[in-house]
Amino acid sequence: MSWLMTFRVALRALARNKMRSFLTTLGIVIGVGAVIAMVAIGDGAKARVEQAFASMGSNMLVILPGSSTAGGAMGGFGSQPTLTWDDLKAIQNEVPSVRYVAPALRATAQVMSEDQNWTTSVTGTNPDYFQIRTWPVERGEPLAASDVDGAVKVAVLGRTVVDKLFGPSADPIGRIVRVRNIPFTVTGVLSPKGQSPMGQDYDDALFVPVTTFAQKIQGGLKNYVAGQILVGATSAGTTDRAQRQIVGLLRDRHHLPSSAEDDFSIRNLSELASAQQEGTRTLTTLLACIAAVSLLVGGIGIMNIMLVSVTERTREIGLRMAVGAKGAHIRLQFLVEALTLALAGGIAGILLGVALASYLASSLGWPVLFRPDIVVLAVGFSGAIGVGFGLYPAHKASQLDPIQALRFE
Amino acid sequence: MGSHPLIALEDVSKIYRMGEVEVHALRGVSLTLEQGEFTAIMGASGSGKSTLMNIVGCLDRPTSGRYLLDGREVSRLSSDELAEVRNRTVGFVFQSFNLLARTSALENVELPLLYGGVPTSERHARAAEALERVGLLDRSHHHPNQMSGGQQQRVAIARALVNRPRLILADEPTGNLDSRTSVEVMALFQELGRSGITVVLVTHEPDVSEYAARILVARDGRILSDRRRTPKLAAAALHEEHAS
Repeated sequence: MSWLMTFRVALRALARNKMRSFLTTLGIVIGVGAVIAMVAIGDGAKARVEQAFASMGSNMLVILPGSSTAGGAMGGFGSQPTLTWDDLKAIQNEVPSVRYVAPALRATAQVMSEDQNWTTSVTGTNPDYFQIRTWPVERGEPLAASDVDGAVKVAVLGRTVVDKLFGPSADPIGRIVRVRNIPFTVTGVLSPKGQSPMGQDYDDALFVPVTTFAQKIQGGLKNYVAGQILVGATSAGTTDRAQRQIVGLLRDRHHLPSSAEDDFSIRNLSELASAQQEGTRTLTTLLACIAAVSLLVGGIGIMNIMLVSVTERTREIGLRMAVGAKGAHIRLQFLVEALTLALAGGIAGILLGVALASYLASSLGWPVLFRPDIVVLAVGFSGAIGVGFGLYPAHKASQLDPIQALRFE
Repeated sequence: MGSHPLIALEDVSKIYRMGEVEVHALRGVSLTLEQGEFTAIMGASGSGKSTLMNIVGCLDRPTSGRYLLDGREVSRLSSDELAEVRNRTVGFVFQSFNLLARTSALENVELPLLYGGVPTSERHARAAEALERVGLLDRSHHHPNQMSGGQQQRVAIARALVNRPRLILADEPTGNLDSRTSVEVMALFQELGRSGITVVLVTHEPDVSEYAARILVARDGRILSDRRRTPKLAAAALHEEHAS
């Protein structure tokens, strides 16, 4: 008997009990749909986390100076200036896996345009900072190395600061903002970067050359970096190596004996990002497992119905055997029936899953990523379930004794 | 051909095991049936007539003894080999017709050819031919529930004929039919006998057995009597009835 005939016979048998076939298939539809939706949503969540970390900065290390101790109270990292400008230059020049190094001196200050004022974070830095954070200007010019060298009074503004001081539609290039009453010329506006994963507005910031910041805004501490040092590694893969090399270099430069603790601290954002991704991956796996359980239940439903079908059609099986069907013919016929149910469920399940994921994604505002491999996997898996759970009923049918089967009432 | 009988049973026994109890369904039956012979097997239930028919029809294997079908020893074949023998050599007709529901007459008749691996176009042609032989070509596309009992049984006979068997086994073929339709079916069997097909009829109705040329009576797993005689002609009986 040809495959096509076997398939036609299977379709006819299934069509004989439309409602029952539909309900049986529904188990697989829900199972496959749930797997696809869950994986798509999980991937969307992962992509969102990735996006969030990418907006913080890529391959980024943050070096904080050490802690101070005053009367037994530890001041926390950054309270004691231990990093010098020479350290910064050494990191730049001596660590091969480091590509960018930028100081970040921060102060919260009131800034003023001609008719508005706003309190924001003012950061003194250098052009590398914007490379590390992959943050280009939208308008005007970025900070230049010559601005830093000459301690020029120029400022680059985040989008939010522009809105507050000049209004959303204004072009602030060439205009003056006063930071702690010192006039700076606006040379650039940064492209909007959005929020940090914690909800902090990245665009609510103003950037000036680090030299200008140290001289005009901060004052004192000429030899030390009174803030953080941001480091951009050459690639994501070299971040860890860069971290180790910087630790070695700084300990060496600070003449720390091997028993002493570091007088600085390095935060590796890629580690944080991968931990977050690990978290979402675990969640995705968990959701997919739960969905897979419903797929399993669907498979059991198929097995159940196939067993009922074998019993119901015992006489038909007996007749087929009497006119010359071999055990293999009967087995194949029931297997194809189970497979048809499962695959029909699988295909409908894909449609359901895609629809469900798109709906959830649009209502949660997440990106939804459909992975073709998951679709293939789901179809393959539902097929395997059809065969796996159809095998026993099909085998049972093929083992029937034609005489008994023909007499079956 | 012709040198040996179509069916030769040599000291065939069948023992069923029902738990602890052994049931001797057949106790050393020897029997030959010639080609084209129309034989009725009669007997009460438990006489062993059904077991005999199942063994003759290659649905079952004897516990001991030999069965030669058309000169070939079939008593020790595997169930798949028996399925092939049934497909090529035997046609079955049942009391309850056993047609597939919601399936056209033509497709019901095609069923044995499906398992015989006959290509589609030849399958259709042969099924139509078989339906024509039972006078139902115009009902090819009717489903069983659209046909009378007699018509359904004729479709079943067409199905038994379609693989051009040497042997047709009919198990109480008239059990669900009225007397007139029964005679029609018997006329069909007699015609098949004349065309060289061996017909074996299992029945407990003496009226029906009158149309067979040879009557075997089974009792307690043995053949009690075996007589040959001139059968009543079903076609003539129909004619008479028509005239009166």
